[in-house]
Amino acid sequence: MMETQEKISPPGFRTGSRSDASTEEYYLNMGPQHPSTHGVLRCVLKLDGESVVEVVPHLGYIHRGIEKVAENQTYLQLIHLSDRLDYLSSFSNNLCVCLAIEEAMQIGVPERGEYIRVMLCELQRIQSHLLWWGVFGMDLGAVTAFLYGFKEREQITDIFEELCGARLTMNFFRPGGSWADVPDSFLPRVRQVISRMKGALAECHTLLTNNVIFRERTQGIGVLPAATALSHGCTGAVLRGSGVAYDVRRHDPYSIYDRFAFEIPTGARGDCFDRYLMKMEEMRQSLAILEQAAATFPGGPHRAKERAAYKLPPGSYYSQVESARGLFGVTLIADGGPKPYRVKFRSPSFSNLSVVNAIAAGHQIADLVTILASLDFVVPDLDR
Amino acid sequence: MTAPRARQEGRLRRLAGDLLSLFQGLGLTFGYFISPARVITQQYPENKASLRMTPRFRGRLVMPKDEAGNHRCTACGLCEKACPNGSISVLSEKDSAGRKVLGRYLYRLSQCALCNLCVEACPFGAIAMGQAFELAVYDREQLTLVLNQKEETTTNV
Amino acid sequence: MNALPASQTFPVTNAIGDAVRQLFPASAPAINTLLAIASLLALVAFLPVLLIWLERKVAAHFQARLGPMRVGWHGLLQSAADGLKLVFKEVLKPEGADSFVFFLAPILPASATFLIMAVLPFDHHLQVADPPAGIIYVIGISGLSVLGILLAGWASNNKYSLLGAMRSGAQMISYEISLALLMLLVVMVSGSASLREIVLSQQGTILDWWIFKLPGLGLIAFAMYLVTSTAELNRGPFDIAEAESELTGGFATEYSGISFAMFFFAEFVNMFVAAGLATTFFLGGFLAPRIGLAFFDAVVDFVPGFVWFFAKAFLVVFIYMWFRWSFPRLRVDQLMYLEWKLLLPANLVLLTLTAFFVIRGWIL
Repeated sequence: MMETQEKISPPGFRTGSRSDASTEEYYLNMGPQHPSTHGVLRCVLKLDGESVVEVVPHLGYIHRGIEKVAENQTYLQLIHLSDRLDYLSSFSNNLCVCLAIEEAMQIGVPERGEYIRVMLCELQRIQSHLLWWGVFGMDLGAVTAFLYGFKEREQITDIFEELCGARLTMNFFRPGGSWADVPDSFLPRVRQVISRMKGALAECHTLLTNNVIFRERTQGIGVLPAATALSHGCTGAVLRGSGVAYDVRRHDPYSIYDRFAFEIPTGARGDCFDRYLMKMEEMRQSLAILEQAAATFPGGPHRAKERAAYKLPPGSYYSQVESARGLFGVTLIADGGPKPYRVKFRSPSFSNLSVVNAIAAGHQIADLVTILASLDFVVPDLDR
Repeated sequence: MTAPRARQEGRLRRLAGDLLSLFQGLGLTFGYFISPARVITQQYPENKASLRMTPRFRGRLVMPKDEAGNHRCTACGLCEKACPNGSISVLSEKDSAGRKVLGRYLYRLSQCALCNLCVEACPFGAIAMGQAFELAVYDREQLTLVLNQKEETTTNV
Repeated sequence: MNALPASQTFPVTNAIGDAVRQLFPASAPAINTLLAIASLLALVAFLPVLLIWLERKVAAHFQARLGPMRVGWHGLLQSAADGLKLVFKEVLKPEGADSFVFFLAPILPASATFLIMAVLPFDHHLQVADPPAGIIYVIGISGLSVLGILLAGWASNNKYSLLGAMRSGAQMISYEISLALLMLLVVMVSGSASLREIVLSQQGTILDWWIFKLPGLGLIAFAMYLVTSTAELNRGPFDIAEAESELTGGFATEYSGISFAMFFFAEFVNMFVAAGLATTFFLGGFLAPRIGLAFFDAVVDFVPGFVWFFAKAFLVVFIYMWFRWSFPRLRVDQLMYLEWKLLLPANLVLLTLTAFFVIRGWIL
């Protein structure tokens, strides 16, 4: 019992040991089964009492080799794999793959098809942010927020279910449009969501944003400087929260985003509260886009003429979209056959999570939970 | 003397605002508490009779048949090619006239991603995504189905 | 103990006790003790079942849900079924845990609540014991539950448990000071430390309850009691000891089966005890809410006192639940800040003001 054991530090830690006679740092395994790592993310923490000295995230618990699997699928088939990355923005992911294929094969999209794409992506951004809002509340201990978030999100997933028969893994967009037109009830239901969401957002602000406990828990926590965010490749609300007004929809407009007026919110301090506000404001901007799109929703075909076979000419094709979490990119390397030679997905969650050690060190365990929630990652998107 | 007092007033006002924010939150939740009409959950197994899936709902694959058990499948195999996961096997056979007809249409639910590609690929509308959503079974053998028989049966293939 | 005459063992008389004394004069104290323990046991066994059901229902309706609906009418028997399940579940002990302490720990909070229940005045003649220094007894016994949580965290051989226990220890020890000061305030205005005397000192109309006395101060004291006791109960928004999203289960992470049920039940009985104490101190205990109108007063007097006690206690319980299902959780250092920098100074000021008011006779 008394024999001196050499303390072996778990792999991945960079800070040296600061233990002395009076205090001893210890390691805590947070995850892969932990309520607030949102799935099977494993973080190994080096703690000094309750303070976090260093965080080492360990990925790989839900690695499915999707990029390799995609090499054995035709271009049409691999669209459904992109559903299973960031399952909360499957429309955006589908769209990104389709954009790459369309670029390679020079396929145009009819006007109505473009509107459907934009409206669905924005609806999905809202439902993803609503879920995130609920989970953020729950991670801070406000379980009621979780239920309210899901309650509002339900309205949007119901639209999706009526539209394509699925609530999560849509697999809806195809090169040249989508596999089905929207049902007649689509526009009225979208308008209903728009009017309902205004009240719902006010409720969100009452329950969390204005709450003094919530503000104390998020303000000044996990401050991410813009330079750090850029050097880690953060995108989405994480980058905008740090004050960099980068949005793929604005800076590399795809589909018909250049026709709609929307603002890109930016934060001042880059703390958890700013990242939170970015998401809340993005929901408002998405509603504005939806309103404009619903007002000018055109008729006509929803999909360009289907090709007999989708064979991309040899070459490398890249497309990127702004998913609910940030920049989502796809690289397809084609060798002229029916299947891609290589597929690479650039997922926003992965880059966003990479800053966790830089901003969580020095905070407490409770703050680490806040920071993880504010980075808003989806674990299957991290691992792929 | 004015500056500290101003700060104090600011602090008091902030305290009042903080307390107000807490009461507003309490008011919001209480509003939900006293209005049971805003309950959104459903009592699931009890309301099964009245549950209707949307027409496009993507349950498991089915093969629509008329009363006589006739289906529209011609055993062309396009669905089999469209499937990303190899969950469909179209086993064709020759009929007495020597034409290719469908022998057995094997569908492996355990491999299906419910992606709808097979339905899109079918030129005859012979298959569709069904409305069933309770797909769990006790034995994985029950997940391999023969769709083209009058009564869908499971198989050990 | 048996040197004491029966009248001192059970100073609060009621019909049942009197009947026993008449029928069996010799063994009356023993029988009465057994009866008292049996009735308390029944209450302690029944209350958590009801309270857990209530918590789930109230939480559900705050969240636009219905909550349990299957077992019994509106799921009334759900928590009984859950309790039964917990009894039959295997009790797991993690490797390297200290067996004796590990299994001792859940018993302490459960017995602490049981002991405090003994001094709660449910009605004029429904109280097991009425020690003259009841408040000191309450403060002393409530420390037992902290001990249980600390032991549970230490014995579990789990870092999450230990963190939860340390948080809980720090939290409860800090907030006990505020709680004791608030109790002291009540003792000061009512002139007695016996819980029954405190209730009886609030006789009259609603306006004679301590919450409405001491112009404004009573209300402030009641609000502070609510906040402090919520923290003392380890309930949200102060549930840092469990803090599901941070520490998975806090001190109870490694507990299962009946030993988890003990913690769980104790937590809920504790909530009722805290609500009962709030009722006793501020809301006139078992006294009917008279408003000074002859007819109304006759109606409310007709309702037995223990009904009023339970009604008021459950109202306070509802407020605890309301807090829990509305607010995010505080961080551990913010909790300490709230106690040591806000509540404790405010408490001291309040106590001083009250003392001043009492001296000048401004109780009103």
